[in-house]
Amino acid sequence: MDQGKTTGRYSLVRIAVKGVILFLAISILFAFFDPLPGLGKISTYNVLFPGRVRLPYGENPDQAYNFSLYNLEAMFASHALSGTEKSPDEFRVLLVGDSSAWGYLLEPQNTLAGYLNSANLQMKDGRTVQAYNLGYPTMSLAKDLMLLSQAIRYQPDLIIWLATLESFPIVKQLDSPIVQNNPSVVRELIKQFSLNLDPDDSRFVGKDFLNSTLPGQRRALADYFRLQLYGMMWAATGIDQYYPSTFDPPQRDLEADESFHELLPPQLNPGDLSFDILAAGKSLAGDVPIIFVNEPIYISDGENSDIRYNFFYPRWAYDQYRQLFSEFCQQNELHCLDEWNLVSADEFTNSAIHMTPVGTRQLAEKLEDTLRSLDTP
Amino acid sequence: MSLLPILILIGITLAIGVLARGRWRLWSLLITSLIAIYWLQPGLPVRHMDFWLPTTSIALVVIVWVVTALKENLAIRTNLITGLVIALVISVLGLTRYLGEFCCLTPTRPPDILQILIVVAAIFLLSILILRFSNTRNIWLYAIFFLILSILIILKLEPLTKLASAGLRLISGQSVQLATGVDIRWIGFSYLAFRLLHTLIDRLGGRLPSLTLQEFMIYAIFYPSLSAGPIDRIQRFIKDLHQVYQPTLQSILLGSKRILIGIFSKFVLADGLALIALNPANAEQVHSTGWLWLMLYAFAFRIFFDFSGYTDIAIGMGNLVGIHLPENFEKPYRKQNLTLFWNSWHMTLAAWFRSYFFNPLTRKLRSSPRNIPMPLIIFIGQLTTFTLIGLWHGITWNFAIWGVWHGIGLFIHNRWSEFSRSRSFNIDNKPRLKQWFGYSSAFLTFNYVSLGWVWFALSTPAQSWNVFQKLFGLTG
Repeated sequence: MDQGKTTGRYSLVRIAVKGVILFLAISILFAFFDPLPGLGKISTYNVLFPGRVRLPYGENPDQAYNFSLYNLEAMFASHALSGTEKSPDEFRVLLVGDSSAWGYLLEPQNTLAGYLNSANLQMKDGRTVQAYNLGYPTMSLAKDLMLLSQAIRYQPDLIIWLATLESFPIVKQLDSPIVQNNPSVVRELIKQFSLNLDPDDSRFVGKDFLNSTLPGQRRALADYFRLQLYGMMWAATGIDQYYPSTFDPPQRDLEADESFHELLPPQLNPGDLSFDILAAGKSLAGDVPIIFVNEPIYISDGENSDIRYNFFYPRWAYDQYRQLFSEFCQQNELHCLDEWNLVSADEFTNSAIHMTPVGTRQLAEKLEDTLRSLDTP
Repeated sequence: MSLLPILILIGITLAIGVLARGRWRLWSLLITSLIAIYWLQPGLPVRHMDFWLPTTSIALVVIVWVVTALKENLAIRTNLITGLVIALVISVLGLTRYLGEFCCLTPTRPPDILQILIVVAAIFLLSILILRFSNTRNIWLYAIFFLILSILIILKLEPLTKLASAGLRLISGQSVQLATGVDIRWIGFSYLAFRLLHTLIDRLGGRLPSLTLQEFMIYAIFYPSLSAGPIDRIQRFIKDLHQVYQPTLQSILLGSKRILIGIFSKFVLADGLALIALNPANAEQVHSTGWLWLMLYAFAFRIFFDFSGYTDIAIGMGNLVGIHLPENFEKPYRKQNLTLFWNSWHMTLAAWFRSYFFNPLTRKLRSSPRNIPMPLIIFIGQLTTFTLIGLWHGITWNFAIWGVWHGIGLFIHNRWSEFSRSRSFNIDNKPRLKQWFGYSSAFLTFNYVSLGWVWFALSTPAQSWNVFQKLFGLTG
C-alpha cells in the first residue's frame, strides 16, 4: 500500500516535471522562431470571408467587430488588397494617411477610397482606378511610411499620401502604438533612409526573452485569432467601426494660445518637422508616382480664431507649414496638392480633420480631377 | 468568473485534496467555501452590498439548517464550533477593512467591524431562538421557503430588483435615482436557492438525512459549484463527504483533465464563439439569412461550451477533493429528440424541476376527481414546468416564451412517440434507414433547440420575431 502510494506520488511528480519541460520547450521555441508574423499571413479573410476595405483599427470591438492589433502581416492579410489579383486593366491606387483617410465615423462607401471607387474612373490609358484604403488612425508620418513599406509589394500604380501638420512634428513620429510595437520594421526604415529619428528611442516596445515566449505573446496570439473570428461579423454586417449616435463637434471657441507642440512663434523651424519621411516615402515608392495631399482642416470662426485655425493649429505655425510644404514639393519636384481650406467648417464631424461624407466627397472630386489629368506610362 | 480566480481556486483545491485528511478536509472545504463566496462576489454599486449579500447567503444556510435539522443533531458540539468558525471567518474578512490597499478577499472595502459583529450575533441569536422556542418548525420551513422564493423573484424580475436597489440605496444614504435593475448581482444565489429549497422540501417529505451544520454549509456553498452549478442533491453529496478520501494519481489526473477541458471549453471555445454569436446588437445589423443562421449556431455552441465548461471545471475540482458532482451535460446536441435533449442539457436543473414540480403536479392532476385526459395532463405539466425553467433564468417575456417553446416541443414529441408506437413504425431491421432517420432526428432536434435560442439570446419578443422572419427569408 505504502509502496503504491510512493509510486503514485513519484508518477505524479514525473508527469508534472514532463509537463513543465514540455511547456518550457514550446515557450522557448516560440521565442526563438517568433511564429506570429508567419501566422499573420494565414488569414480567414479573402478566403472564408471578404477582405476588409480598411486596416483593422478600433476601440470598441464588441460594437465595431474591429480592433487595433500590431501584427502587420495579419493586418494586411485581412485587407481586400491582399486578396485581389491585379488585373491588366486595373490602375491600382493606394491611399495612405491618418484617421481622415481611414474614414473615422464614415461608412466604407463614404471614405475617400469608397468615393474614388464608386466614381468608376478611367485613366487616359483606359485602365480603371481601383483605390485601396490604407489609412490608419494616429497621426505620424513614420506610421504612414511603415505601412507604405508593407504595401509597396502590392504593385501600386499610384500612391496618394494624405497628411496634415499634426503628423509632421519629429516628437510625434514614434507616439503611435503601432509604430512602437513594430520596432524592427521602423528601425530598418530609420537605417535605410537615415531618418532623423532615434532607433533606440525608449518608446519602442522592446521584446525581452520573457515577452517573446508563448505566455508573453499570449495577447498578440489571442488578437490574431480574434481578428480571424471577427471576419465573420465583417462579412455578416459590413460594419468595421462603431458609429456613436452623437458626438461633440470640433471646438469652435479656442484658447488664446499660440504654442504648437512646445514650439512658439515667430519661426517654425523645418528641422522640427519630418519632411525627411516624405522624401523617404518618395524613395521607397521608386518609380511609382506619389501625390502628397495636405488635408482639409476645420477653420474656426469662433473666439480666438484670429490666433488659431482650430484646436490643433495656431495660425502662425500652420501658415508657415504650408509654405514649407510647398517649398519642399518644389525642391523635390513632387506632385503635391494643398487642399487645406477645401471643405467648409460645417462638413467636419468630431475633430478638425474628420470630415462628413459631403466633405470627403469634395476632396474625392478634387482627387478625381487630378487622376483624370495624370499621364500614365 | 475570470481565469485567474479559477486558477487560484484550482491550486487551493489541489492542496486540500493532497494535504487535508479526515476532519481537516471538511474544515478546509468549509473555510475555503466561506472565503470564496465573498471573494467571487462581484463588486456592487450599492455600498457594502457585496459584503452583505454573501453574508445573507451564509445566514440563510444557517437558518435553513436550523429549521431542517433533526432534533438528535442539534446538541452536537461540532455545530457550535462550526457556528463559531463561520462567525470567525466572517469577522476576519470584515477586519480586512483595516488592511487598506492589501484588502483582496472582498471586492470592495468591508463595512465597519461593529456592524458585522452585530449581524453575526443577530444570526446566532435568531438561530438559538428558533431552536429553543419553536416547537412547530414546519411554520419556519414554509416561512423560509417563501422568503427564498421571494428573494429569487426579486432578483429575477428587473423592476423589483431596481426597487430593491432603491431601498438599499436609501438605507445606505446613496442616490435612489441611480438605482438600476442590474445593481444586485448576487453570486450563485439561483443555485443556492434551489439547493436550499430542495432541502426544505425533502425535510417536509421526511427524506432529509441527518446533517451537521458543517456538512450542510459545505453542501450549500461548495465553492466549485457556487456560481454555475451543478445542483447536487444533499443525499448524494453527503455520501462523498463522509467517504474517506485518499487522492490517487488517477483521481488527480482525471480531475485535472476535466478542469483543462473545462478551461478550454469556456475560455477558448465559448469566449471565441461569443465574438460571433447572435446578440441583440448584431441581430439588427446582419444583412443576410445565411450569416444569421451561422450566428445562431455560434450562439448555440457558445452557450453550450460556456456552461458545460464551467461544469467541467466544477466537476474536476470536486474530483480533486473526493466530491463527485453530478454531470450536467451529456452530448445534448447529438440527441435525436427533445426529451433526450432535456435529459442531457442542464440535467440537474431539469431533474430538480422534474422531482419538485412536474411529478407532484402531474400526480395531483391524475388523482383529480375531474378525470383529466392524460394528454392534457402531460401538456399542462410540460408547459408549466418549462415555463418555470425559462423564468428561472430571468422573469422576462423572452425567457417565458423560450420555456413555452420547449414545453410545446416536448409535448409534440410525446404525442409523436405515442402515435408512432401505436402505428409500429419498425425500422430496426433496416439499418440504413434507421441511421438516416437517426441523423435526421438529431438534425431536426438541434435546429429546434437552436431556434429556441433566438428567444433566449435576444431581449424582446418583437426583436426575436424579426430575427425569426429574417432566418426564414421573410424580411430583408
